Amino acid sequence: MNSTTANWQTAFFNQLVLKGCVVERISIASAMLWQIESRDWQLFAEQGLEEQLRWVAGWAEHNQSQFLVNACFEKQGLYLWLRTIITAEKPELPSQATVYPAASRSERHTRDMFGIEFIGHPDDRRWTRHKAWSENSYPLRKDFPVQGTPDHITPPDMDYPFVKSHGTGVYEIPVGPVHAGIIEPGHFRFQAVGELILNLEERLGYVHKGIEKIAEGRVPVSLARLAGRISGDTTVGHAWAACMAMEQAAGISIPPRAAFLRGILAERERVANHLGDMGAICNDVAFIFAQMQFTRIRELWLRTNAQLFGHRLLMDRIIPGGVACDLTDTGCALIRQDIVRLRNELADILMAVDLNSTLEDRLYTAGYLAPELAAAYGAVGYVGRASGQRFDVRKDAPYAPYDQISFKVAVEAQGDIASRFWVRNKEINSALKLIEKFIDLLPPGDIMTAWREPLAGSESLAAVEGWRGEIVSYVRFEADNKIARFYSRDPSIINWPALEKLVLDNIVPDFPVCNKSLNGSYSGNDL
Amino acid sequence: MAIVQTLLFAALAPLLAGWLKWCKCFLQNRRAPSLFQSYRDLIKLTRKQPVVAEHASWVFTRAPYIIFSATVLAASVVPLIAVNLPTSAIADVIVLVGFLGSARFFLALAGLDIGTAFGGMGSSREMTVSSLAEPAMLMAVFTLSMTASTTNLSVGITHVLNEGLVLRPSFVFALFALILVAVAETGRIPIDNPTTHLELTMIHEAMILEYSGRHLALIEWASQLKLMLYGVLIANIFFPWGIAETISLQSLLSGLLAIVGKLAVLAIVLAISETLVAKMRLFRVQEYLSFAYLLGLLGMLSHIILEASR
Repeated sequence: MNSTTANWQTAFFNQLVLKGCVVERISIASAMLWQIESRDWQLFAEQGLEEQLRWVAGWAEHNQSQFLVNACFEKQGLYLWLRTIITAEKPELPSQATVYPAASRSERHTRDMFGIEFIGHPDDRRWTRHKAWSENSYPLRKDFPVQGTPDHITPPDMDYPFVKSHGTGVYEIPVGPVHAGIIEPGHFRFQAVGELILNLEERLGYVHKGIEKIAEGRVPVSLARLAGRISGDTTVGHAWAACMAMEQAAGISIPPRAAFLRGILAERERVANHLGDMGAICNDVAFIFAQMQFTRIRELWLRTNAQLFGHRLLMDRIIPGGVACDLTDTGCALIRQDIVRLRNELADILMAVDLNSTLEDRLYTAGYLAPELAAAYGAVGYVGRASGQRFDVRKDAPYAPYDQISFKVAVEAQGDIASRFWVRNKEINSALKLIEKFIDLLPPGDIMTAWREPLAGSESLAAVEGWRGEIVSYVRFEADNKIARFYSRDPSIINWPALEKLVLDNIVPDFPVCNKSLNGSYSGNDL
Repeated sequence: MAIVQTLLFAALAPLLAGWLKWCKCFLQNRRAPSLFQSYRDLIKLTRKQPVVAEHASWVFTRAPYIIFSATVLAASVVPLIAVNLPTSAIADVIVLVGFLGSARFFLALAGLDIGTAFGGMGSSREMTVSSLAEPAMLMAVFTLSMTASTTNLSVGITHVLNEGLVLRPSFVFALFALILVAVAETGRIPIDNPTTHLELTMIHEAMILEYSGRHLALIEWASQLKLMLYGVLIANIFFPWGIAETISLQSLLSGLLAIVGKLAVLAIVLAISETLVAKMRLFRVQEYLSFAYLLGLLGMLSHIILEASR
């Protein structure tokens, strides 16, 4: 922590006290927790916005007769974790969504799952709640059974009050949740005049799996496996975030070799997904040649994963206390060869892509996300970085092994689809360099630390940079090494609302490529 | 004889689609399915029971038959392997455009009929595209008609044959105009992407999203026919050499070989262009088709200025 980052917290604290806010500062594991009165919840947000804090995550917890409501903010790589406690008899507090638009869906989720009322929330419609559980039951309260109360057939999610628009020539296009291609389910409601998009509303939640509920009562190994399945394409990222949170809560540190191996796994995941995305963006504008080539080199990359780590997508390679697989010298040599080959092939493909004017015509200026909007929504990952938002957990809040290595964060400023395409390319390049450095510096030693049972009530918050962007994981233990509460904020939760904004003024047939350039996870959003 | 020619037309259309797919796969470094896969798909679809939307009216269920018949009739107008067949005097190129127009009309109606957002969207886009494409096509064809002083395709082709290999600027313009129109009308890249799964970007596919079973088979077959029809038009109007002028087994066989060869080459050209370009933004289509129209017009003008006096 350098002096400027320390300074803003002290100054901000003094500012809050000046405004009459009672703040209790509690030091927990690796993070700083500020506990405030529930009536000051909104006041804090207002002050936070003034201080230019970024809203990161929000979640709640049911604890006997009270609810713990949490929010997390960030500035200059320093996380600020906020908590308030409200009684179960009168579960309400002022909304932060009025100040931070990014908090809106999170608060609706908390309301649906806990029955906590956010006073003044601009949107009183349900979000995660579809029709799978009855009107006045709240799944994340402790008295709700884990197996739920399912009907024989879940009724369709009818009569959701979408935003309406009237006028001559305005028409509505409902798309999904079942699509013509094999993709995840999500509903998009367009209002269009001719082909021009006037408004887009997302309706997600179709892949709600009850991750938060079924996480409760698990032991660490089992939670790591569950976290690795929040979103299949981010299995390394989520497993790492969950393991890091559990390790911090238990107060154990992983061996350096394990940290470096985790870095290699995470960067390999990043490369594979970016390759897939770049191909998919080309495919969405019918430049199928490029997609086939990207798919081919991604497949070769994944096969090396299978050969070296035993799983193409690297599922369950990260476990509490370390990693599940080691890397031999021959394995390192193979990775190096692979990287050289990938660089050559990628250069050839990018040549074809870069010189193609018809592709350029589709990707440039389309799906523009203004830097101000990206900042207002706190867009993370390549979506933020294509619109000039420099934040990268690996750089700004570095954790092992990134704290021992210098690298460049890829940033683009145009904010269009082309930016999001080329920022991915830059990230692939920096990831390849990182993998090479990790292999160079790979320290000898164990790949696992023995697990130590944490005290009941120990908790922690961890952030890692997954391939989509910042992943924040919260874990609290109860007695007997079991999980009392787990929440993981996928970067998609933050980035999905940005899609509603960046498609405006585009035409309907350009939506798929706009969507693909953002590529949010439905599963990671719905939990 | 004319009937045999039409049957041959229908029979060869899926083969052309298969060959085109094969070329594209080759250019994308993929392993292609068999050339006869299109036949297998059609047979598979005819075996399946069609699923019809609850709100579908008679238009929806009848449309595939009408579309297919109209396209087959259109194909019967175009000389495939022989000119001067007895039936060729019955219909001319205006009728051809009319047949294609009515097929499209019913396709658009069927898209609107079930009332889904995609069907309506597809129909509206299809109409936008075709309202721009048809004038350009007529303009290109009229250039040929002016040269041959007839709107009858068979007579026109004979005229070109008799003239021998003369480089006419008007024909070059008309050829390019017709190629651009053909790409737009048959729903190929860069206007439409026949292989996409993205509902919102579709034109042709959006209209037929709700079709299944034998209905779908007929529509697919009709669009393969249409692709071949445009291919044959381009091949036989501008490069008619090889087509049978007399009805003898030998000349018919060589006519068949000639058209198969010409179509194969055209498919390769199309596959290459589809591999090289991305789909254009929908609002660029009018520019593209205006350009086609302009080419057609230039062809006409150059005919009047340069060639009409001869």
